[in-house]
Amino acid sequence: MTTVDDLKRRVADLLAAYPPESTPRQDFLDARFDAGLAWIHFPEGLGGLSAPRSLQSVVDKELAAAGAPDNDKRRIGIGLGMAAPTILAFGTPEQHQRFLRPLWTEREVWCQLFSEPGAGSDLAALGTRAVRDGDDWVVTGQKVWTSGAHKSQWAILVTRTDPDVPKHRGMTYFLCDMTAPGVEVRPLRQITGEAEFNEVFLSEVRIPDAHRLGAVGEGWKVAQTTLMNERVAIGGTEFPRDGGMVGVVAETWRERPELRTSELHDRLLKLWVEGESLRLVSSRLRQQLAAGAPGPEGSAVKVAFSELNQAASGLEIELLGDEGLRYDDWTMRRPDGVNFLGREAGYRYLRAKGNSIEGGTSEILRNIIAERVLGLPSEPRIDKDVAWKDLPR
Amino acid sequence: MTDLLYSEVEEDLRASVRALFSDRAEPAALIARTETAEPYDLKLWRTLAADLGAAGLAVPEALGGHGASAREVAVVMEELGRSVAPVPYLGSAVLATSALLAADTSQAEVAETLGKLAAGTLIGALAVPLSAAPGAEFPSTVAAAADGTVSGRVRSVADASVAELIVVPAVGPDGPGLYTVDASAAGVTVAEAISLDLTRRIADVTLEKVAAKRVAGPSVAASALDTALVTAAGLLASEQLGIAEWALTETVRYLKERYQFGRQVGSFQSLKHRLANLYTDLINARATARYAADCLASGDDIAIAVAVAQARNSPIAVHAAEEAIQLHGGIGMTWEHPAHLYLKRAKSDEIAFGTPGRHRAALAPLIDLPA
Ligand SMILES: Cc1cc2nc3c(=O)[nH]c(=O)nc-3n(C[C@H](O)[C@H](O)[C@H](O)COP(=O)(O)OP(=O)(O)OC[C@H]3O[C@@H](n4cnc5c(N)ncnc54)[C@H](O)[C@@H]3O)c2cc1C
Repeated sequence: MTTVDDLKRRVADLLAAYPPESTPRQDFLDARFDAGLAWIHFPEGLGGLSAPRSLQSVVDKELAAAGAPDNDKRRIGIGLGMAAPTILAFGTPEQHQRFLRPLWTEREVWCQLFSEPGAGSDLAALGTRAVRDGDDWVVTGQKVWTSGAHKSQWAILVTRTDPDVPKHRGMTYFLCDMTAPGVEVRPLRQITGEAEFNEVFLSEVRIPDAHRLGAVGEGWKVAQTTLMNERVAIGGTEFPRDGGMVGVVAETWRERPELRTSELHDRLLKLWVEGESLRLVSSRLRQQLAAGAPGPEGSAVKVAFSELNQAASGLEIELLGDEGLRYDDWTMRRPDGVNFLGREAGYRYLRAKGNSIEGGTSEILRNIIAERVLGLPSEPRIDKDVAWKDLPR
Repeated sequence: MTDLLYSEVEEDLRASVRALFSDRAEPAALIARTETAEPYDLKLWRTLAADLGAAGLAVPEALGGHGASAREVAVVMEELGRSVAPVPYLGSAVLATSALLAADTSQAEVAETLGKLAAGTLIGALAVPLSAAPGAEFPSTVAAAADGTVSGRVRSVADASVAELIVVPAVGPDGPGLYTVDASAAGVTVAEAISLDLTRRIADVTLEKVAAKRVAGPSVAASALDTALVTAAGLLASEQLGIAEWALTETVRYLKERYQFGRQVGSFQSLKHRLANLYTDLINARATARYAADCLASGDDIAIAVAVAQARNSPIAVHAAEEAIQLHGGIGMTWEHPAHLYLKRAKSDEIAFGTPGRHRAALAPLIDLPA
């Protein structure tokens, strides 16, 4: 059993062997991974120590205090939050060895090739085809809204391998090399002016069977693990008191007394209280996760997080009045990673609109809460026993 | 008696304005235009303002207009909200025109300028920030000198970047006045800002000893300016109605077309109720907008009608545009789908001529509900 003292000693050893001041960033990340201090709840040899997840903060604090470099979670959020736990759960030992280290050390950035123009909320309706050809699979189809595809070396990919069975049963999950021939990434501009996401066209892309994750036809089960982790990754984000989107507005309030009105004051305080309670809910969620029992709160936290971000960023524009009529820059660019709080008020307001769509819409999450958490009867389903190819669309 | 319905003449006017916009302000072209050197469509403006006569609706016939009223202007504003067409209607036909109409129209200078604004041959702007609310103090950032020149700076002026004539509130040696300046005169700088609203731009106007003509002196300048702001705020409620109406119509259309889980997405009751709520908002927005327009036309109950319309319709338009994005899913977050143009317009309109909170505060003393 790993103890706090044990961890502190390991951190001290790492820092002694690789002094942050004189060690190149990449070398330090490699060494940290090899010391099992990357994600301590992962197995030994895969960046972890099979230690309780709750102790990760001990490592993080010690390293931050020593000024050690860390990986950029904004750039590799999808890898860390979605790809890694899925690969850990379903991957072969070879896949663990091949993918987890470069993922965590930021050598390889990951994206998520799930959504398609005709399959968003209804992910299991997707139509990108994968056909077996010897040791390879040949994949053809179109994906959309793929965040960060332009920066990614690898993707988690769900495909249709059997159109003749009901939709949930005919899917297979792959790890896709984004540099392979036939993968084409086109920027898809969004409401903010920038192209954070993309369209991805797959034309006869060859994926070796060794890069399949889970069994043929079990892609839905694998994808469920990814989606569960995605919600926790979004809802369980750690932020300090007075942090997040509310913190930004609160800062403007403190610095700009001339903008204050009593009505806005009431609304800001209400949002501040919501922010503080959400901070506590999400730290409870992390504690549950550390204790090994991720509760059903994940979906609800994500809904609340989206609403709070939207209310706070909307309030900020109103508060700014005249300045709220302006934007910083509409120039089309392809950012390195996602930064909800980045740039100015107008950007935050527009970007926050995506919070309730990406990673499962608030409507879908409410359905999940109602049906799976509260046990309410589900909507009548007409797509359960119909072969995918015969579905109305 | 207040008339909250649309007259036949108003319906005809709406039909022609709508036909014009659906023909010449198609969303894909609008989005493409926002990033060109000509974000405003001045050809479309000429057709709307001159050929359809929309610029002179509220101007008396004797002054070269059509002798209609704020009610008809409101119908044009509704259609503007529904199409977000990039034309300087608010700045020219509403703000500058209302300010001059409230000045001394027996002055030859005022009459002549109004005639050109009404004919759509001259584009005007009123040099106040778009956020300026009715009832605010007379602005003091521009000074008028004894030699008849004006100097100063006004930020965030709607439609200023295409204006040919600017009506400037300025404080002279004997008090507040309204002045007109030629936008191309020496000393005028109009710097376009990067606007949140892509189809209605704001610009910062700097005046350095610019030759100006005084069109209203201390006795009327403040009330003329306030009339312009009250009129604009009241009419903006109709634009907000148009935005909400677009959002509801398009979202309903999309949710009938879009299939997920083998069903039309619009068949989910949770979404049906959301759309029904939007409809409920919409009928409220229409009634308050119509009432404000009717009061502006008749002169009765203006202050309450405008405050109610702004306090109610601003959040309705923002909410409707936000719902449109959310219910369109990923497509709603893209640049190529027009929903963002409406969100940007709705959010800017929420600030324009006073936020809803400000209008509620303005309402309190009028209805004897002090804090
Ligand atoms: C900023 C951003 C980043 C994204 N990044 C990625 C990415 O990296 N990878 C990826 O694969 N995808 C990504 N997505 C896609 C995202 O997962 C989908 O947009 C989302 O799942 C919704 O699907 P859709 O857009 O097809 O909407 P639709 O499913 O068509 O939904 C339309 C509307 O109907 C509602 N609706 C649908 N079904 C129901 C129902 N059963 N009950 C009630 N309401 C319903 C939805 O909530 C929505 O409001 C991203 C999206 C955004 C906005």
